Amino acid sequence: MEKILVGLKRVVDYNVRVRVKSDGSGVETDGVKMSINPFDEIALEEALRIKEKGAASEVVVVSIGTADSQQQLRTGLAMGADRAILVETEESVDALSAARALLEIIKREEPGLVILGKQAIDDDNIQTGQMLATLWGRPQGTFASQVDLDGDTARIVREIDSGLETIEIDLPAVITADLRLNEPRYVKLPDIMKAKKKPLDQIPLAELAIEASPRIKETSFEAPAERQKGVMVDDVQGLMTALKDKGLV
Amino acid sequence: MMSKILVIAEHDGTVLNPSTAKTVACAASIDGAEIDIAVLAESASQVAAEAAALDSVARVRTVENAANKHPLAAILAPQIVELADGYSHIFGPSTTFGKDLMPRVAALLGVNQISDIMSVEGTHSFKRPIYAGSVVVTMAAPPDRPVVATVRTASYSAIGGGNSAAIESADISVDLPAHTRFVDSQAGSSDRPDLQSAGKVVAGGRALASEENFALIYALADKLGAGVGATRAAVDAGYVPNELQVGQTGRIIAPDLYIAIGISGAIQHVTGIKDAGTIVAINKDEEAPIFEIADIGLVGDLFKVLPELTDAL
Repeated sequence: MEKILVGLKRVVDYNVRVRVKSDGSGVETDGVKMSINPFDEIALEEALRIKEKGAASEVVVVSIGTADSQQQLRTGLAMGADRAILVETEESVDALSAARALLEIIKREEPGLVILGKQAIDDDNIQTGQMLATLWGRPQGTFASQVDLDGDTARIVREIDSGLETIEIDLPAVITADLRLNEPRYVKLPDIMKAKKKPLDQIPLAELAIEASPRIKETSFEAPAERQKGVMVDDVQGLMTALKDKGLV
Repeated sequence: MMSKILVIAEHDGTVLNPSTAKTVACAASIDGAEIDIAVLAESASQVAAEAAALDSVARVRTVENAANKHPLAAILAPQIVELADGYSHIFGPSTTFGKDLMPRVAALLGVNQISDIMSVEGTHSFKRPIYAGSVVVTMAAPPDRPVVATVRTASYSAIGGGNSAAIESADISVDLPAHTRFVDSQAGSSDRPDLQSAGKVVAGGRALASEENFALIYALADKLGAGVGATRAAVDAGYVPNELQVGQTGRIIAPDLYIAIGISGAIQHVTGIKDAGTIVAINKDEEAPIFEIADIGLVGDLFKVLPELTDAL
């Protein structure tokens, strides 16, 4: 195929312990380390491997967000993507709108395959890939831990609650990457320099003229109920006593 | 206002998955809910009978089609949309089945989905976890559109049985795509209780250090009649298969007893167990964060403690 499109979302880094703003109006993100959503890195790695095997000729990374998302796109370019597109907006973008915006990019780019992360680790919504496949009228291979391309079809091994499932889907399609699909490469310094010269197009979200989606409002944010620290026991005997006291053994 | 709720049954063709009874429990916590269950299957009668026994269910609507033999989202979603007319809410479980399927239903209906409902605050207001459960957000869905949602099953106890709701065959006609085909499934074969519904779970982390050492976890689990779970690190390392992973990107569980062995307690893991009744932590690092949330903690070498504990039971 000619082209693979990969979505990269800028999210609060995996290692940051996120806190609610004191007035409950949102999540504290000022001065917090931001990264590519880890599942999206896996998605990009898969696209790069497909290209390196000769099954695709170009990998295009796309992000939707503020101008700051250019950092994550540059990282994607440093990993090996050929080109980047930033759909720029100051507003937060819900899953349906993100899917609609990506569909417009698909219409322009006509990729043979789209790979996204299975979920973003900020909102944990797990929706965008499935919605995109639906709006596009194409199949989905979600939670993929193995992807084998064969001409116009792809065999996807999916991680499901009961184990693994294999499906076959026609291309073009949307695949969403699970953890064990691959291990993303590290970016090397010379690649970061090279990435600065690669094209990064900025398209205002408004220019895509997507339909407004019925917004679900986030009315308040709070910290979850925390579990209290319990008792420490000294040995197995103490543990057995504590378990017996609770009627658990 | 009356809420008419359609719950999408998860099943394997013969048995109703316990996630369905939990999804119904969530639906039943909405004021004035009238609940129907949709069973899409190749042959629906066995599953439908189980669904009809669930409390609070008004009707079971079956759609029988050879194409429904395996739960492929692209096949099921357009059928569900055909059934969805007249419903204010369409709910599925937040299992890999529901996560795969429900956003397709939402997209076809032109709405966003509410993922992982953990509590119902009103007919169109729900709480859900974000950032691996570090934050709980209250969401308000537009009242003039259907609410498509998945239910965080660990937040709900299965609704009771004993009902005998009407079972009706739904007459729908919709073109189904041919672009998605089931090939096979490799279900983990185990005689142990299923991780999702087990009352007791014994879980191991990277500290187990090998696939062979996980035998210690299995031995303890078998003594307790418990299911077995693992951290992402243990699955990534290949010690256990993926379906045992507990946490943000794996299973979210709520057993009565959870024994975490050699598990440090990263937030991404803890979010999968924080609804457990009692959490026991065994770790050689007394500073491990898991001890902050454990009801019973034991600092010790798991290779010494585990055989001792298994013997003591």
